[in-house]
This record gives sequence, structure tokens and C-alpha cells, in this order.
Amino acid sequence: MKCHDDALIRLFHVYKRYGAKNALFDISLDIFKNEFLFLTGPSGAGKSTLLKLLYLGESLSEGQILIDRMNLARVSRKRAPELRRKLGIIFQDYKLIPTKTVYENVSLVLEARGMSHKFIQKKVHSVLRTVGMEKRKKSFPPGLSGGEQQKVAVARAVVGEPKIILADEPTGSLDADSAGTIFDLLTNIHARGATVLVATHDAELIRSAKGRVIQLKEGKVVAE
Amino acid sequence: MKSLLFKRALQDILNNRFLNTVTVITIALSVLIVSSFALFFTNANELLDTWKKGIRALVYLNPETTDANRLDLKYNIQKLNGVSEARFISRKEALAQMKVQMGRQSSLLESLKPNPLPDAFEVRLSPDSQTMAAIEKLSKAIELLPHVDEVEYGRQWIGKFTNIINMLRFVGYAMGGLFLVATLFIVANTVRLLLYSRQEEIAIMRLVGTTDRFIKMPFYIQGVILGALGGIIGMSGLYFAFWFVSEKFHRGLSAELLDIHFLPLDVTAGIIVGSMIIGWIGCYLSLKQFLKA
Ligand SMILES: Nc1ncnc2c1ncn2[C@@H]1O[C@H](COP(=O)(O)OP(=O)(O)OP(=O)(O)O)[C@@H](O)[C@H]1O
Ligand SMILES: [Mg+2]
Repeated sequence: MKCHDDALIRLFHVYKRYGAKNALFDISLDIFKNEFLFLTGPSGAGKSTLLKLLYLGESLSEGQILIDRMNLARVSRKRAPELRRKLGIIFQDYKLIPTKTVYENVSLVLEARGMSHKFIQKKVHSVLRTVGMEKRKKSFPPGLSGGEQQKVAVARAVVGEPKIILADEPTGSLDADSAGTIFDLLTNIHARGATVLVATHDAELIRSAKGRVIQLKEGKVVAE
Repeated sequence: MKSLLFKRALQDILNNRFLNTVTVITIALSVLIVSSFALFFTNANELLDTWKKGIRALVYLNPETTDANRLDLKYNIQKLNGVSEARFISRKEALAQMKVQMGRQSSLLESLKPNPLPDAFEVRLSPDSQTMAAIEKLSKAIELLPHVDEVEYGRQWIGKFTNIINMLRFVGYAMGGLFLVATLFIVANTVRLLLYSRQEEIAIMRLVGTTDRFIKMPFYIQGVILGALGGIIGMSGLYFAFWFVSEKFHRGLSAELLDIHFLPLDVTAGIIVGSMIIGWIGCYLSLKQFLKA
């Protein structure tokens, strides 16, 4: 057992309620630096909710969450950008900006970090090439298939080389080939030191990887 | 990076052409109205100044004044603060002047014997005391001197004119303030509409870690561009109107009588910068409210 202080992400008796409904119920969990962790479980188990709490997309109802020494229960909203820059998030519904091109959607992350124009150009092209979307860089998201949008969402999440990747069904809309590419990309980032958290019910994906698996059901951890 | 931001702001403006055009026109109209007040006041002030330069007091002497008294009096007047010169005008000289002024009707004066005009001093003021207050004070002081019958100066009409200008100035400030607030409101409203139309985009940008500063920047640039465009168009409109009116004037009246000028370059630039600042503040108001949510 590793020492608690090593935990990059700590959840301590976390509850999330929507009205009377418990989306998450008493979750305690330590995620360590450079871990590859799967969150799995049936629809409505609370996987997305858990990820939302981690990126301050929702506020928790009870308990404590520590990420990289930042206490999310207490932190002011003003520090959300600081937290989110450490994260690369792949949203279940992609959340691409419909009025910006594929290229702009991805480059935005680096622009917001004040990177140089040249660096951004190089980096964005390389990431788009990796996910196989370089040819569509001038397209707008509504003109892309679900799978293509997902690839762009993945590109945007990894382009800033974040410490932590939060991936919500990153291969949900992809064929086996593309899913393999995306998965290789995540493994690659993991190998370079990132902590990767993947919410999925893709059993195939879980079986092929060697990460820790946390199983949720009705908001509770049922197996680890 | 900087030029990229600017290019994007221009693109954003073009993407919302209608809204932005309406906003620019509104700003331009406000600038036009406010700056035409400014134009009026600078010219009125200049006119007033040239008129005031001619301010003088006429000191009429007692008929019994001897030559020696007169020299004493002249000395005493010139000793007073703010007097630059006291010139003696004898009753003969005054009558001759009057004849010249009356021209053909001067024959009327022939019947006036003896000469009814008194001897007088024409008192001119030093440049730094050419104000109504100074001349009033001076006149009172001169009236107290021996052998002085009466002191006369052009108080009435210059004073009235000054009062009218001051009243109009007040109206000008009130109008200026009103248009300022209205313009601010309109710019703020435009930015609010833009913000609502980009709500989704802003929400996503925040999720991927952009700071509010980064999100606000394009709006500020846009607001300042709108302000600049409105200012430039408004001032151009004023210049055109000024040019048109002064052309007509110059044909009708003699140029020297009403020598009007356009606003100086620094004031023109100041008004345009002011309009840019309004664009900025308008943005600030909307962004502050919107991003809190
Ligand atoms: N904004 C919300 N308001 C009310 N209830 C919500 C909200 N978001 C989630 N829930 C509820 O919380 C529970 C957990 O939802 P969550 O999205 O985390 O499930 P999930 O495990 O991600 O499911 P899926 O595999 O389908 O993505 C669900 O029962 C859902 O109805
Ligand atoms: Mg989900």
C-alpha cells in the first residue's frame, strides 16, 4: 500500500446529490501519480458525475476532494482555470465549439496558456495528425461524424500535455480501429508520466489495458 | 498574437454586422452631438475673448476740472492695478470723432453749440485683467477719484452674452452627460447580446481552462474598435457639417466678423479616445455582470 501523501487525487467520503437523488454516495478513493485508472459501471452509475466533480463542473454536496494539494470543497471559483489547466478533459458529449474550426478548437487550449504562435501551429498539427484529423482541420464540428468529433475532443484534451487526463467514454463513438488509435494515444501520454482516468463501459478496452479498475453502481464503489 | 487578436475581433464584428453597425451609428451620433456643443463653445469663447480684448472704460470728467487736476487724475488712474493706459480725449476730439462716425448726419451736430460733450479719459486694461470682474472693480475705484463725473464701460451686453454662454454651457454639460450614459448603455447592451450569442462557446472555453481575462479580451478589443469607429465617423460628420456651414458663412458675411474654427486636433483626438474609452467601459459593465454567473 502506498503512502497517502503520494495520492495525486484524493476523494474522502464524497457525496453528490441531485435533489433527493444520490448520484454519488460516500466515495473514498486515492488515485496515485501516473496511475492508469478505469471507472466502470452501468449507465447512471455516476461515472460522469465523479469526473465532473474533479474538474469543478459540479460542486460536491459533502466530503472532500484534493487534487494536487488543491481542496476542491473550499477552493474559490476563481481558481478553476488553474485546476483545469492541469487537466485534459474528454467530455462524454465532446463539448466542441461549433463556431470554431477543428484547428481552432484544439489551438484554443494552447493560446489560453499564452504559447507562441509557431509552437501552437506545430503542436496542433502534430496532435491532429496523431488522431487522424489533420485533413479536417478547417471543418466545423457540426459537419463531422460523432467519431470524428470524438477524435477532435481527444486531440484537444492531450494537446496541452496535462498532468491528469479525465476521459469520459473516449472511445464511445469509435470503430475498433479508431478506438485502438485513441487508446494508444492515452497509453502514450501515460507512459510520459500523466495520470489517466477513463470512465467507460467498454469491457474490451478494460481487458486490453493493465490499469486499476473501479466499479461503480448506483453511486457507490462496488468493486476494486 | 496581438495582431491575431485584432483580426479576430474584426472578424467578430463582421459576423454580427447588423448589431455592430447600429452600435457604431449610435456612438457616432452621440459623438456628433456632444462634439458640436464643444465646437460651439470653443468658438463662442474665442469670440468672447476677442471682444473682451476691446474692453475699455470711459471716464468722464467734471466740467470744472483744471489742467493740473487732469494731470493728477491721469497719474492716479494709471497707478491703479490692472490699468495699462489712460488716454485723454478732449471734448473737441470727442466731437470730431462723433462727426466722423455719424458721417452724413454729422450736420446735426453743427447746431450743437456749445459742445455738449465732456472731456474724458479712455482707460485700457492690461491683458491679465480683461475680465468683467476686473473692469467692474476698476470702474468703482475710478469713480471715487476726485473730478470724475461718471465711468462707463460695455458691461451690459458683454455681461449678458457671457451669461447666455454660461447657461448654454450648462445645457451642454447636461446633454453631454446624458449622451454619455445613453452611449454606455447601448454599447453595454450590444456586448451583452454578443455574450448571449456566444454563451456555449464561453462555457466550453472555461471548461478547458481559459481564464476570464482571456475570454474578455476579444470583447474589449471589439468594444474599443466600435468606440473608435463611432468616434471617427462622428467627428468626420461634424467636420463635414462645419465645412458646409462655414462655406456658406464666408460667402454671406465678411470673414473677419465671424472667424470660426474647427476643434483643435488634440480635442478631436481626445473625443475619439473618449469614445474608445466608452466602448471599453460598456464592455466592462456587461462582462462583469455576465461572467459572474
Ligand atoms: N444535472 C443532473 N441533474 C439531475 N440528475 C443528474 C444530473 N446529472 C446526473 N444526474 C443523475 O446522476 C446519476 C449519475 O449520472 P452519470 O451521468 O454520472 O452516470 P454515468 O455513470 O456517467 O452514466 P453513463 O454511462 O450513461 O454515462 C444518473 O442517475 C443521473 O440521472
Ligand atoms: Mg457518463
